[in-house]
Amino acid sequence: MKYMCLIYGDEANHPQPNTPEMGQLMEGYMAFTKDIREKNVMVAGDPLEPIATATTVRVRGGRTETTDGPFAETKEQLGGYYILDCKDLDEAIAYAARIPTAAFGSIEVRPIMVFD
Amino acid sequence: MTAASLDQTRAAVNELVREEWGRVLAALVGQLRDFALAEDALQDAVVAALGHWPRDGVPERPRAWLLQTARRKAIDRLRRDTNFRAKRAEFAVLRELDRQTRQDDVDETIADERLRLIFTCCHPALAEAARVALTLRTLGGLATEEIARAFLVPEATMAQRLTRAKHKIKAAGIPYEVPAPDLWPERLGSVLAVIYLIFNEGYAATSGDAPTRSDLCREAIRLGWLLTRQVPGEPEAAGLLALMLLHDSRRGTRSDSEGNLITLEHQDRTRWDRERIAAGIRVLKDALAQGNSGPYQIQAAISALHAGAPDHAATDWHEITLLYGALYALQPSPVVRLNGAVALSFAEGAEAALPALAELEREGVLADYQPFHAARADTLRRAGRKSAAAEAYRQALTRTRNAAERRFLEARLAELLG
Repeated sequence: MKYMCLIYGDEANHPQPNTPEMGQLMEGYMAFTKDIREKNVMVAGDPLEPIATATTVRVRGGRTETTDGPFAETKEQLGGYYILDCKDLDEAIAYAARIPTAAFGSIEVRPIMVFD
Repeated sequence: MTAASLDQTRAAVNELVREEWGRVLAALVGQLRDFALAEDALQDAVVAALGHWPRDGVPERPRAWLLQTARRKAIDRLRRDTNFRAKRAEFAVLRELDRQTRQDDVDETIADERLRLIFTCCHPALAEAARVALTLRTLGGLATEEIARAFLVPEATMAQRLTRAKHKIKAAGIPYEVPAPDLWPERLGSVLAVIYLIFNEGYAATSGDAPTRSDLCREAIRLGWLLTRQVPGEPEAAGLLALMLLHDSRRGTRSDSEGNLITLEHQDRTRWDRERIAAGIRVLKDALAQGNSGPYQIQAAISALHAGAPDHAATDWHEITLLYGALYALQPSPVVRLNGAVALSFAEGAEAALPALAELEREGVLADYQPFHAARADTLRRAGRKSAAAEAYRQALTRTRNAAERRFLEARLAELLG
């Protein structure tokens, strides 16, 4: 089964660029990505630019409305994702727990819908 | 056969089916990997049994009969399915299983499947209320309507809760497996919590329909036995079973004929179930001997000290106070502190417990917790602080939603003022 792991973190509490904490976090992500690639678990995965770059688009009455910012103003914001190919939810949970952001943010694990 | 004896046979068949439901369903879910199909197929098999058995007699091995019939019904259902091509793999498995019908296989498989299934039903990815409902439905074989009645929610709500949980198991890929050892601390904890919740729902509340409630206690104990037999070497599983057995030994003495609450102090100890107590202590001793005591074992040890005391005054309150201290170290909750303070009030006098209770009052964390105010009221009364006690009784009364508790507190308050 394929699972999408949505990585949520609080940008205010996130390690800042050019700090040892940020260096550690990046090393953690590189090691994790390398491992899941080697195990053929990784289908895809990317970090996202910060929410300051987000744009929300809605079409209402045939008109496109474009606004600045993310869709929902919540404390934790979507910061990246992985798509993993796992045997079952337990395996997906085990990988999700190893995503470095899980230690201070949260990971939402969602199965990818299959049409049969 | 006369109409009366036919009715009798039917009732016996109903009882038998109910007893076997959980076991057979566990085996079917394990084999089919599909909750909804397993339930539907077993329902078909039960309808067939209710038709055949009263007429032809109950088969020698009813469990194997139900399992095999349900499998054939599942095959029929899969054949009729418009999406048959997608289900071909399940179909092949079923056909293969249909060829193996040896009874010893059936029983052994069922024991494994039930264990596997309890971990699935109690998976932390499911909401807690859904875990409880699914465990009772699947392993306990309780009807949706019975579970709804026991938890005081409308049947439609309970049915929806069950459907959602079954859907999530399938769609999210929650495995039908006993989890790997590294997951045990979390997973076993969740299983134990669900079993204890089922027990407490039956034990604690005096609201709702009494017979259904005691069913919940019985079912929780049955699940406790299943777990300790299937996973020996987990002292906390045994600790929980011991705790439930010891609590349950007092069940019949906790209220009078009008449903009024009787506190531990005033219960008729001669009516405590000695067999249950002996079983609880035996299980607890085995658990403690493994030398890894956790919260359930400590609570069972406290309950065992009560069970062994000739009366309230002769209880080893010093030991109980120490055990609450040990429990607090593992489970630092204000409720544990409250219980520890109450034990201290009996060990060293009501006065000795007042500072701890005053501290809890200042912190305010238990402000909405009725038992806190009731315990404080009782301790203040015993310390001779009449007006403070009366005020605490009034505080407790504003937070009571249960008629038996209300009557108890009102009587105490009247006594104090009178």
